[in-house]
Amino acid sequence: MTERKTTRYTLSRRHMTAALGAAAGLGVIGMPWVARAQAETIRIGFPTPLTGPFGAEAKDQVKSAELAVKQFNDAGELNGRKAELFVRDDKLNAGEAATRTLELIEKDKVHAVVGALSAAIQLAVNEVTRARGVLYISISQSDSINEVKDSSRFTFHEALNPHMTTAAVVKQTFKKGMKIAYLVADYAYGHEMLRGCKRAQTAIGAESVVEILHPFGAPDYSTFFPRINAAKPDILCICNFGRDQANSIKQAVEFGMKQQMKFVVPVLLHNQRLAVGPDAFEGVIGGANYYWGLEDTIPSAKAFNDAFRAANNGAAPTDYGAYGYTAVRSLLQAMTIAGGTETDKVITALENLKYDIAKGPQSYRKCDHQSIQSVLVLESKKKSDMKNDVDFFRVVASDVGSEALLRTCSELGFPA
Amino acid sequence: MSARAGSIIDKSKDFATAWRIPLSLVALCALPWVLPTQALAVNVLIYGLFAVGYNLLFGYTGLLSFGHAAFFGVGAYVTGIAIGRFGVPWFAAPALAVIAAGLLAAVIGGLSIRTRGIYFAMVTLALAQLVYYVGLQASSWTGGENGLRGFTVSTINFFGFRFSFLDPVNKYYVILAFAIAALWFVSRILNSYFGAAIEAIRENEARARACGYDVERTKLLSFILSGLVTGLAGALSALHLTIVPLDTLHYQTSGLVVMMTLLGGAGSFFGPFVGALAFLLMEDVFSQWTSHWQLFVGAIFILFVIFLPKGIWGTALAIRGGK
Amino acid sequence: MDAQLVAMQLLSGVSLGAVLIMTALGFTIIFGMLRVVNFAHGALFMIGAYAGLFIAERTGSFWWALLLAPIGVGVLGLVIERLLIRPLYGRSPDDPILLTFGLGYVLVEGVRMLFGSDGVPFSTPPALVGVVNLGIGFFPLYRLFVIGVVVFILVLLWLALEKTKFGLVVRAGARDPQIMQVLGVDIRRLWLIIFGIGIGLTALGGLLAAPMRSVSPEMGTIVLAEAFVVTVVGGMGSLIGAVAAGLLVGIVVSMTSLFAPEMATIAMFALMALVLLIRPQGLFGRAGQGA
Repeated sequence: MTERKTTRYTLSRRHMTAALGAAAGLGVIGMPWVARAQAETIRIGFPTPLTGPFGAEAKDQVKSAELAVKQFNDAGELNGRKAELFVRDDKLNAGEAATRTLELIEKDKVHAVVGALSAAIQLAVNEVTRARGVLYISISQSDSINEVKDSSRFTFHEALNPHMTTAAVVKQTFKKGMKIAYLVADYAYGHEMLRGCKRAQTAIGAESVVEILHPFGAPDYSTFFPRINAAKPDILCICNFGRDQANSIKQAVEFGMKQQMKFVVPVLLHNQRLAVGPDAFEGVIGGANYYWGLEDTIPSAKAFNDAFRAANNGAAPTDYGAYGYTAVRSLLQAMTIAGGTETDKVITALENLKYDIAKGPQSYRKCDHQSIQSVLVLESKKKSDMKNDVDFFRVVASDVGSEALLRTCSELGFPA
Repeated sequence: MSARAGSIIDKSKDFATAWRIPLSLVALCALPWVLPTQALAVNVLIYGLFAVGYNLLFGYTGLLSFGHAAFFGVGAYVTGIAIGRFGVPWFAAPALAVIAAGLLAAVIGGLSIRTRGIYFAMVTLALAQLVYYVGLQASSWTGGENGLRGFTVSTINFFGFRFSFLDPVNKYYVILAFAIAALWFVSRILNSYFGAAIEAIRENEARARACGYDVERTKLLSFILSGLVTGLAGALSALHLTIVPLDTLHYQTSGLVVMMTLLGGAGSFFGPFVGALAFLLMEDVFSQWTSHWQLFVGAIFILFVIFLPKGIWGTALAIRGGK
Repeated sequence: MDAQLVAMQLLSGVSLGAVLIMTALGFTIIFGMLRVVNFAHGALFMIGAYAGLFIAERTGSFWWALLLAPIGVGVLGLVIERLLIRPLYGRSPDDPILLTFGLGYVLVEGVRMLFGSDGVPFSTPPALVGVVNLGIGFFPLYRLFVIGVVVFILVLLWLALEKTKFGLVVRAGARDPQIMQVLGVDIRRLWLIIFGIGIGLTALGGLLAAPMRSVSPEMGTIVLAEAFVVTVVGGMGSLIGAVAAGLLVGIVVSMTSLFAPEMATIAMFALMALVLLIRPQGLFGRAGQGA
């Protein structure tokens, strides 16, 4: 009984103290928030597959992106405004990526989103950002994101697309009259690579003798080789990615096929070369957006490499990792020019931006916001030629980027 | 046979059971304010509904299906295709999705009901994987590996009221309306003679048959109803994410709903929702600490299978009931 | 479409079949004898590959790895059975499925934590590198070796089952565990050993596959599906069934690759669905097992 009486009084006194405390607290918390409104943090969302088979590439991208943010913060531009990276794990799952992007926009209120490995995921992120008018820079390969159906004024594509990579690689490897065999992963990306290859192949005057679509994710390729071998091609063009590429190259080498034909891949990947080893990959030629070996010829590459090595115990940046840097750094540069984070101004700034931050001159094309940049053609070195643990490739060619490498705006569906 | 059995007796007398729909409504209304983000709250609704639909077959009828991703995915794809390609209004698309999922459930159920036990699980898995490969191949309809896009619903016209569907709070309550309707439907089923019949089959199929129940037809009907609810969950997922990824049809999605249902408590009404909430929350929290969250979630699941097969809610009910 | 091409295609089908038999053997033994569907099968396959890698690096020899890795992983299998599977006997038959499903996640993530998410190189042992000219074409020596190992293991298993006392006990225990207990056989210990053997065989499969497929934490995912297909088609628990089905699936996939390669994986699942609908107990399974 006594308890109840005192509880009532204590409660109301507690109520008042609580209310006063809350008011004071809010005031204390609120003040710096009010003051900070003047110098609000630039928030960049970064969904990436930290979990799953591309965890290594994802972590590279995060490290590179963080380097770009750090350089921006240290330089103190834009009235000392700081940038912050909001890294989220999308688990290489498009549904997760969409959810994380929704959270980044709705809860963290990011000003822009950068990221996503794999075509499906970037398209998913893009669908969420463009509906809400949030700027998005995608950093993995896809032809679809350039097309009018998926593109939007908020969509930017920093990475290469299959069209560009195949054109560059074919130019260096196919010759008139050659017979080409294709082993293609049966999904959108594989088809895009095949399409690009055949287009370039026709222009050169080579002919395709066999085209085999293999199930995406197939572990065993032995059943596809007899047909390829029977056609006696000069070049085997393997249009796939990731583990598929590692497995198909490894197994083709085991069947002795490298003695009979040259292996060409539209995308030659650092991590797959690491997974398979120098012997199987020796002599394989493919395309890439970046290789640390560029530092011998391109000053901005050296600057990027040195800064990355300094921040990461001497490790050199990888191909996909470099995208993280170039995308975030160009975004922050555009924001500096635009004087802030207002989306329309940043879009205009990006569209007009000319930047050279890691691999030579780059700029965004107006109609589809594709980054015009050089495509590297690399050849995998044999073990005895490697000067150190990461001296994987030899740069065969690195033509300066130009719009000629891309599909025309009207071909993509944009009005003339 | 089943350690997860819910109570068949005295359902209507229990306060919580009689009022479970209004109680659910109240709890779920508060959800967006309690959880860290609204997007997570919507996912809880969707996967909770998915688990409730699955539970109808697994927890109440006792049939372990490893292929429910097919119905979830078909529900999602039909919604997306209807809105994006055919311009069907947003509220009609889920209806089409539910019908499509139900038809697929009739087919897959019809084929798999003939088998029992572990074979049933394997047949459902195999047939669902076939649906996955069809989805992958039919890329002009489904977008294939890239997923389905281009059907974003941004504003809703509701009897003259226009409001933004992109607003996370609005979106939550619209989806909640669908979810509550489905929950009410499931509740009615479970309270009916049909509900008693499926539980009888779960407990002892031979005895149920001896009592005169048409076991095959009842199982098939349960399968179809489960497919309908699951299809609706898929439709809502499409509306929420504005994309339909191909993974929606993959057996890992099937496995996900099995884990959630078990975690929460198969064979109880609230269990699946609790399971979905617990799982998604765990995943969200763990993945912020470590990229190896799957280890912890997997380990917790193993512990539940061995020590707490009734799940979180089921164990709580058992303790409360003094069993 | 000449005879040479078809012959090559058939040979690669047989070789693929040998790999499939190896991947499915452990799975079907564990199901046949213990009625446990091991959803962690793919993960244990992958662990076999990693264990082999680990031992090969330490000893510098593939052959030691071939001997020791399956034994080591088999011991892991014993631990798993004793601690995780045994508590589930007598409970719902669904429980082992659920438990091993969770176990798969734990094992894969564990390997990621220990060895990283990247693929790891595993080169073909030097003695087995190169191709053999078979007249109809070139075929890797290593794949012929794998066919040889599979045949050897099958013969060993057959001899053990048919000609030894232990094999007699195993076969009887699969037929009727209760009578065996009445007769005084420690059925639990029997199951423990069988589980360990099944896991050891699975690990051997992973190790044999390692030089052919890249070694990564995810390499087991597709293997689970393959094992399912072979086991269901052949008949759950039937050794002959696993062999026949493995070869059948290998050849079906291979021939499909000749005409419609993109349908190769669908063909596998379609075959499985077909068998389940027409003859649910599988080609060599006992009637009444499926329906």
